[in-house]
Amino acid sequence: MINFQYARANDVADAVRRITAEPAAKFIAGGTNLIDLMKENVERPPLLIDITRLPLKSVEETAAGGVRIGALVPNSDLAYHPLIEQRYPMLASAILAGASAQLRNVASTGGNLLQRTRCYYFYDTATPCNKRDPGSGCSAITGLNRTHAILGTSDACIATHPSDMCVALAALDASVHVAGPTGARAIAFTDFHRLPENTPQRDTNLEPSEIITAVELPARGFAANYTYLKFRDRLSYAFALVSVAAGLELKDGKIAETRLALGGVAHKPWRDRSAEAALRGQPVNQTTFTRAADVLLRDAKGFEHNAFKIDLARSAIVRALTQAAAGTPQSQSNKKIR
Amino acid sequence: MAQTNSPQRSKAPIAAPDKIPVALTVNGVERQLELAPWTTLLDALRDHLDLTGTKKGCDHGQCGACTVLVDGRRINSCLTLAVMQDRAAVTTIEGLATDDVLHALQQAFIDHDAFQCGYCTPGQICSAAGLIAEGRAKTADDIRELMSGNICRCGAYPNIVAAIQQAMGQS
Ligand SMILES: Cc1cc2nc3c(=O)[nH]c(=O)nc-3n(C[C@H](O)[C@H](O)[C@H](O)COP(=O)(O)OP(=O)(O)OC[C@H]3O[C@@H](n4cnc5c(N)ncnc54)[C@H](O)[C@@H]3O)c2cc1C
Ligand code: SF4
Ligand code: FES
Ligand code: FES
Repeated sequence: MINFQYARANDVADAVRRITAEPAAKFIAGGTNLIDLMKENVERPPLLIDITRLPLKSVEETAAGGVRIGALVPNSDLAYHPLIEQRYPMLASAILAGASAQLRNVASTGGNLLQRTRCYYFYDTATPCNKRDPGSGCSAITGLNRTHAILGTSDACIATHPSDMCVALAALDASVHVAGPTGARAIAFTDFHRLPENTPQRDTNLEPSEIITAVELPARGFAANYTYLKFRDRLSYAFALVSVAAGLELKDGKIAETRLALGGVAHKPWRDRSAEAALRGQPVNQTTFTRAADVLLRDAKGFEHNAFKIDLARSAIVRALTQAAAGTPQSQSNKKIR
Repeated sequence: MAQTNSPQRSKAPIAAPDKIPVALTVNGVERQLELAPWTTLLDALRDHLDLTGTKKGCDHGQCGACTVLVDGRRINSCLTLAVMQDRAAVTTIEGLATDDVLHALQQAFIDHDAFQCGYCTPGQICSAAGLIAEGRAKTADDIRELMSGNICRCGAYPNIVAAIQQAMGQS
C-alpha cells in the first residue's frame, strides 16, 4: 500500500463534495475489495473517503410494494433480513453463496456492486492489462483464461464480474439509486454494469463523482419458484465459474413469467431477455429449458482454457430451471445438487 | 517489479499524512493509539498493542487466521483499517477466557484435538464465537459452510466441527 490521506464523510452531500474536489479519491465502505487492491498497488487512491458512518443502513418497504436497501447494509444483514428471506429468497441465497461469513459481515451492498474483477492479470501489476492500465494489452486472451468470460467479450478484455449478489439483483429487475454533484438519479440494474468493448477500465456507468445510496427491488420476488445455483472449484469460499439465478411463475403447468441471469460468464451479470421469451408460455419440461439455454448461449465463445464453461452453463441453466420449477431451490449449506 | 501507472493518479507527491488518533476498546480495555491511515486493524493489534494471538495468514481476506470480533461480529482484521474502527469494541483470542477459566470453545478445541500446528486456531475460535452469536447454524453442514472462511492447512476440520458442536450444546 502506498501513501494516502484519510477523511470521514458526514453525510451524502459531504461525500459527493469531497469526491468532486478529488476525483481520484475513492470511497471506502467495507473495504474488503478496495483494501485488498490497495495492498496489491492495483488501486492507488490519494485519498480515502470513509462513508461507513453515513445513514444508509436500513432496509425499508417502498410505496410500490418493493424494498429499498441502503448502500451500507452489510451483505449478511441483507441475506438474513426477514423481508429478503421471505420475499426475495433468490437474493438471500445468492448472497450466502458468496465470500465467507466474516467478509459478508462487513461487505456492503454498494461495495458489492463495485467490486472489481478477479482476473489474475488485473491483480498482477507486472503484466499488461487494459482494465488496470488502458492500452497496455490484455494478458488473458492469450494467457491463462480458465475463469474468464464466454459472452459479451471484446478484443480488449475478457474479464468477468465476480459478484453473486448482483446476479440475483439483475434477475430481480433492481435499480440503483445514486447521488452526484448534479443531483440524484436511478439506473436500471441491467444498465449499471458495462460490457468491456474498448473501455474495460470502466466497469459500470456510475460517474466518478457519484455515490450509490440505495438499491431498490420491485414487488415481484419469485419467492415460490426460484434458485441460485453456483458452480466453483471448491464447495465454498470460491468465486463462481458459472452461476444461475432463476425465477419462475407457473400457471396451469406453463411458465407465465420468468427471470434468468448468469454469473461468471461475462463482464456483467448476464440477463438475456430472448432466453426468457423462449420460456414464457411454454410447458414446464426439459425441452423448454434446453431450448432457453441454447438461446442464451447462442453467441457463447470459449478461449483456450474456458470453453468448458459453455457446456457447464448449459447444464447449469437446465438444472436451475428444474430446481426452480420443482420449488426445491439449491441449499447453500448442503451442496449436493439435486 | 515493473509497476504500471494507475491512469487517474497524479504525479504530485502526497504529503505524509498526519497520524490519526484512534480509540479502541480491546478485550474490555480502552486503548488510545496514533496511527497512519494504512494501518490495518490486524497490524494495530499485533504491532501496536502487542496482541499477537491474532494471526496474519494471507493478509488478503482469503484464510480467516486474522478473524476477530468487532462489536460482537466476526470480521477479517486484515481487510479493515484501524482508523475506520475508531470507537469500536474489539475482542481477540486473548479476550475470550475469563480469569483462569477457558472459554467453552477453547476447552472444546482441546477436548477434540481440533488443531495440529495451531496457527489457524485463534481465527477458528473467534470465528466460531461469531457463528454461535449469529445463531444461524443448526446442522453440521451449516457449521461447515459458515466456518468456510477459516482455512486450516493442517486439515483439522472434522475435529473443529466436533468442537464447535460441543460448545454450541453448552451455549
Ligand atoms: C477472499 C474473498 C472471497 C470473496 N468471494 C466472493 C464470492 O464468492 N462472491 C462474491 O460475490 N463476492 C466475493 N467476494 C467479494 C466481496 O463480496 C466484495 O469484496 C464486497 O462485496 C465489497 O464490498 P465492500 O463494502 O467491502 O467494498 P469496498 O472494498 O469498500 O469498496 C469496493 C469499491 O466500491 C466503491 N464503493 C463502495 N461503496 C460505495 C458507494 N456507496 N458508492 C460509490 N462507491 C462505493 C469503493 O470506492 C471501491 O471502489 C470475496 C472477497 C474476498 C476478499
Ligand atoms: S481480461 Fe480484462 S482484466 Fe484480465 S488482463 Fe485482460 S484486460 Fe485485464
Ligand atoms: S490474514 Fe486476514 S484473512 Fe488471511
Ligand atoms: S491447525 Fe495448523 S492450520 Fe489449522
